[in-house]
Amino acid sequence: MESIISISKLNKTFKGGFQALKNINLEVKPGEIFALLGPNGAGKTTLIKSICGLTMPTEGKILVGGYDIVEDYKKARRLVGLVPQELTTDAFETVWNTVCFSRGVFGKKKDSQFIEKILKDLSLWDKKSNILRTLSGGMKRRVMIAKALSHEPKVLFLDEPTAGVDVELRKGMWDLVSELKALGVTIILTTHYIEEAELMADRIGFIKNGEIIMVEDKDKIMKKMSQKTIEVTLSDKLDNVPTELKHLDVRLFGDKMNYLYDESKMNMQSFLNVLVQKNINVQDIQTKESSLEDIFVQLVKK
Amino acid sequence: MNMTAIGAIYKFEMARAWRTLAQTIAAPVISTCLYFVVFGSAIGSRIDEVDGISYGSFIVPGLIMLSVLTQSISNSAFGIYFPKFTGTIYEVLSAPLSFLEIVVGYVCAAASKSIILGLLILGTAHFFVDVTISHPFWMLFFLVLTALTFSLFGFLIGIWAESFEELQRIPLLIVTPLAFLGGSFYSISMLPPIWQKISMLNPVVYLISGFRWSFYNQADVKVSTSLIIIGCILAICIYLTYLVFKTGYKLKP
Ligand SMILES: Nc1ncnc2c1ncn2[C@@H]1O[C@H](COP(=O)(O)OP(=O)(O)OP(=O)(O)O)[C@@H](O)[C@H]1O
Ligand SMILES: [Mg+2]
Repeated sequence: MESIISISKLNKTFKGGFQALKNINLEVKPGEIFALLGPNGAGKTTLIKSICGLTMPTEGKILVGGYDIVEDYKKARRLVGLVPQELTTDAFETVWNTVCFSRGVFGKKKDSQFIEKILKDLSLWDKKSNILRTLSGGMKRRVMIAKALSHEPKVLFLDEPTAGVDVELRKGMWDLVSELKALGVTIILTTHYIEEAELMADRIGFIKNGEIIMVEDKDKIMKKMSQKTIEVTLSDKLDNVPTELKHLDVRLFGDKMNYLYDESKMNMQSFLNVLVQKNINVQDIQTKESSLEDIFVQLVKK
Repeated sequence: MNMTAIGAIYKFEMARAWRTLAQTIAAPVISTCLYFVVFGSAIGSRIDEVDGISYGSFIVPGLIMLSVLTQSISNSAFGIYFPKFTGTIYEVLSAPLSFLEIVVGYVCAAASKSIILGLLILGTAHFFVDVTISHPFWMLFFLVLTALTFSLFGFLIGIWAESFEELQRIPLLIVTPLAFLGGSFYSISMLPPIWQKISMLNPVVYLISGFRWSFYNQADVKVSTSLIIIGCILAICIYLTYLVFKTGYKLKP
């Protein structure tokens, strides 16, 4: 399938010489939810800004929907909606006006019904006549989402959409994202809540120090990188790891024995057999799989 | 040209003016009235005619120009500086708008405001003194051209400025002195010869002279020279605006 966003050899060096993006190559498929993960200062926002035309790339080529963002910027940008990381709102405007303004600026004819629907979806309808200054932080963020949705984008960038948003609303946001996905909107989001990416994303890109270090289907990452640990709670403390298990990654912590599971060395059945043979009394057994968060931490540490 | 988008920016900016009505309209009108009270009535009654026109009437075109000039700059500078300051500019910059369209939206809004202001001052002046307009078409032409030119100039200042202090600096340190020394309150011919020569370096002299000609058919410099000078300032501003957008100067890091 043709990519909706195609980035090749993108470099960005800021004035003063700081290189924020290093040779980025990235393809985003139409209709997918792509999560961009990375530590603070990795370059996520800079990458998004480059695609949206808010930062001038030093080198490289970016296509959105097949249109070059420099040569065909009007056609490219018409497809894009952006919810930036920082909360920036016209303090003295009303919710209604600021959302209508966004639609207008993108060259779309006024459509009160459509705007009404968006505001209702984002539970902002009762605040439509409020001055933005009088809204709470979470509400302001929703206004910014409403602004981005007001011109019916095909590609939506959400730069930390759930920062500072309460639990209930965050769930609402996830529902909204799934709804948009169902409508065929491609969504690129960044978040520091890794479980959020784990829950929603189809694919995940890890970025660190301006470099994309990995792009992979979420399911594949989870399969490839995730590790299972078998945790056995013992009735009596052991002083040493049984010799039969010495060649495995088995550790003792107090009354617990952890086996970093590796099927090729010893499968579950044989492991349990050893315990039975050695007359080791077992109180409880748990298996744990590492989450995307653990994988993320591993990658960032490298 | 994407008229819907330009219209959105224009309407948005005009709505802002409406909200700050006191600041954009009332304040300049009040200060004009004060000028008439002080210069027109109090001092003017002691001054003979200037170039055959009563002093009160003589200062009307200059006063209008003074307000249009300074208000065009400050309106427009603020109009673009504020979204830059709050960060909301991201939206306009990421919209499918050409730079020309952005400029047209902001500058036309700022210019409209100062044209309305100029006409209001003209109306106010009627209450105090006799005003004749010999060349109504040229009067409007000068008014619109000046408003557009200096709105564009203000736009550039707004983009260049990185603080509210910088936003004020050029208007305060350069424009206001030039405007006051531009012959609003006197005819250049009243100055000693050396100052007449120096005045010729002040572009505001040409603006006011041309504008006054459209009222009283009298000018310090040739009308065609006035037009050429305004045209040149406009051309320089257009070129600088083009450079700003081409290089992303201060707008796109
Ligand atoms: N205008 C700028 N001038 C100079 N350096 C900048 C500029 N904008 C960003 N940077 C630098 O580029 C790097 C990447 O910043 P960016 O905002 O893209 O990070 P991020 O991945 O979005 O981080 P976060 O998770 O904190 O939002 C940082 O080191 C930042 O200091
Ligand atoms: Mg960021």
